[in-house]
Amino acid sequence: MATRKAAKSEAKKQAKTKKATPKPKKTAAKSKEAAPKEMVTVYIMGKAYKVPSEATIMGAIEHAGYQIKRGAGCREGFCGACATVYRLPGDYKIYTGLACTTLVEDNMWLSQLPSIPSQKPEYDIDELKPDVTTFQKLYPEIFRCVACNTCTKACPQDLEVMDYIQAAIQGDIEKVMDLSFDCLSCGLCAIRCPAEIVQYNVGILARRLYGKYLSKRSEQLERRIKEVKDRKYNKEYKELMKMNKESLKKKYYERDLE
Amino acid sequence: MYPEYMRSSLDKVTQTRNKRFELAKSGKPVFPPMSAEEREEVLNKFHPDYKPEARRKVRVGPNKGEVITTEVADILESHSRIKPELFDLSHPDYQTDILIIGGGGGGCAAAIIAMQKGARSIISTKLRLGDANSMMSQGGMQAAVTQQDSPTRHYLDAIGGGHFDNKPELVRALTEDGPEIVKWLEELGVVWDKDEEGTLQVLHGGGTSRKRMHSCRDYTGAIIMRTLMDEVKNHLDKIQILEFMPTVELIMDSQGKCAGGVLYNLETEEYFTVKAKATIITTGGYGRLHIRGFDTTNHYGATGDGLIMAYRMGARLLYMDSVQYHPTGSVFPEQIAGFLITEKIRGAGGQPLNKHGELFVFPREPRDVESSAFIRECLERKNGIETPSGRVGIWLDSPLIEMLQGEGYINKQFPAMHRQFIRYGIDITQEPMLVYPSLHYQNGGIEINDKCETNIPGLYVAGEASGGVHGRNRLMGNSVLDYNVFGRRAGMHAAAYVKKVMLGRLSLEHVNSYEEELKKARIKTSRIAPVLLPSYTPEDVRRRQLTAHYEGTLR
Repeated sequence: MATRKAAKSEAKKQAKTKKATPKPKKTAAKSKEAAPKEMVTVYIMGKAYKVPSEATIMGAIEHAGYQIKRGAGCREGFCGACATVYRLPGDYKIYTGLACTTLVEDNMWLSQLPSIPSQKPEYDIDELKPDVTTFQKLYPEIFRCVACNTCTKACPQDLEVMDYIQAAIQGDIEKVMDLSFDCLSCGLCAIRCPAEIVQYNVGILARRLYGKYLSKRSEQLERRIKEVKDRKYNKEYKELMKMNKESLKKKYYERDLE
Repeated sequence: MYPEYMRSSLDKVTQTRNKRFELAKSGKPVFPPMSAEEREEVLNKFHPDYKPEARRKVRVGPNKGEVITTEVADILESHSRIKPELFDLSHPDYQTDILIIGGGGGGCAAAIIAMQKGARSIISTKLRLGDANSMMSQGGMQAAVTQQDSPTRHYLDAIGGGHFDNKPELVRALTEDGPEIVKWLEELGVVWDKDEEGTLQVLHGGGTSRKRMHSCRDYTGAIIMRTLMDEVKNHLDKIQILEFMPTVELIMDSQGKCAGGVLYNLETEEYFTVKAKATIITTGGYGRLHIRGFDTTNHYGATGDGLIMAYRMGARLLYMDSVQYHPTGSVFPEQIAGFLITEKIRGAGGQPLNKHGELFVFPREPRDVESSAFIRECLERKNGIETPSGRVGIWLDSPLIEMLQGEGYINKQFPAMHRQFIRYGIDITQEPMLVYPSLHYQNGGIEINDKCETNIPGLYVAGEASGGVHGRNRLMGNSVLDYNVFGRRAGMHAAAYVKKVMLGRLSLEHVNSYEEELKKARIKTSRIAPVLLPSYTPEDVRRRQLTAHYEGTLR
């Protein structure tokens, strides 16, 4: 337990250090003087382009003239299509981020990852047990985790990725569900992992196991489903569906609000 | 961080907060909801659909003569990407039971159910599986589960929100299947927000008379979509996924049945033919057409592809004169302009305020009414807040939520929203967001019945691409429900249909006939559709893209 805690606090520290780099400092403060567009140079796959200093990486790529095919999806930070790696001048580190939500910086070198090779075992969710044996069977490689925390550092959502892999090793499905809930499957953890784990697939499996087997069922829901099956609302539906617009309107505007 | 000049307005929001908190706690509506007449007036004067240039007559096809959204009329009056005579349809590249066009929630739900009913399918998808608006829904899914609620009450809310234009059989299907969908998804492994007793957490949405919004924090769509995708990928022997291979035209057989499609490999620019006994369109909506120049909440591929393919084949469209603008799109900072701010914020007690920190509308009117009220507040009453780039917006007071629901609520329930803003130095637990309506949803679409059938045999449609479920205005949380209810129904009915159907000779003749019709109507255009992807290439770059004979088709 103590080591896990230590690892976590270390992870937090590292996440903080990452944040202390110039990245988040480039915030909206600048947009005050938006009038003449300030430009910066970015190296898109090694080739220099001038782009607006306010641009996201995705905006910069499009500003440069690319028509993105791979590497853009929801464009708002939900789908994980736009995993990007980059380096900054005078800094040896590899940074990771989503192109849609990361801002450019002067002299940034960047490449989008068009796809992350990964395997997902096929399984029958109805046949699985919600415990550690399922991970042992389907994702045995997670037991190779060396707790290096590189996955956590790579996560653009700032999730505690290593912690949820450790929780999976211990069969704590609820914890994996909770820690991996906001995962976008962008794959940046998997591509950085020295133990070659595909973390996000482990997260999906754990969430499904939790939702299906561990989350307490709603009795209210069961009752309502039975009512519908017993055609309880049939008569009311028939009446509503026959109503003309005027009487429907009247009924609608008279209804009470919770 | 907000610029200094907004400070005095932000202070006013803070000053009025305690009073508004007391009001919200009283349980009474914090602002009087509008009457039918008031709704009509604000819609007529301020909804973008009601501007004269917003709509025009479409000159060809099944809806010829009907007044519809201008940008939609434009894509309907466009050329095909293909020359039918170049295709040898006697040797299709793929054969399957069902071709599913679109790999979002509706497509995956259809594939799973069809597979369970014994039908094989191919999912043709433009980007990756799951790159769809389904992935992006934040706030939740409606389903009438609680004691004080009922499916028929859900029916009344949905049909009232849709201005009573919804097709009754579709609203019944939507609302009556709702509870079953909650369970189906849970059994697939969706983690709903619940209390410790297992009671499902429910919240209000705009236009709901009972709390019935079910959620997975504010990653509802992401959780559902990834569950459905994972399930699809557990059955790759029966469901084949073709990514970056959008369908660009439907194939017909000699008896006028839909019989598959022509697919385009976005990367190699090759075309492939699929012969299928049934076809399900689940291509979603059209936000990336940027109707009326609005920013959009939609994903990159939302270009209304299904509409034009089906229309060329003779499928009827319904309510294509109505566009949904989500009241709360972000307007500041500029980098996230147009991004969706979930309605769950208002469901949890967040309030829209003008520059004086005052309420000016009931926070949960149906979306079109709420959006119009925001536009009126900004444009007519001049009570909006201007951004440095010249946009205008109103405040959405989120810190109030922490007062109403308890500290820590935002971090727990709105992690995506919190993340979105903290990147730019705005902490939404402390400061409000600045919002304005953003292009969000295609209210109409290809007309279906409650089996998802169209007027073309063998052609099924589910989800946002279909028309009639939501009338002329969809309520929050009904689209997630829609793609599940009708995705499943489409999969089920298509699977039954393929067992008995016999296909005749395959043909693309309808594409030629449509070209003829364009010619007869004297429509001259260089536009081709499906649009596939929007272009954000700047003008100066375009001016240099001077290839004389471009062999590919994307540009």
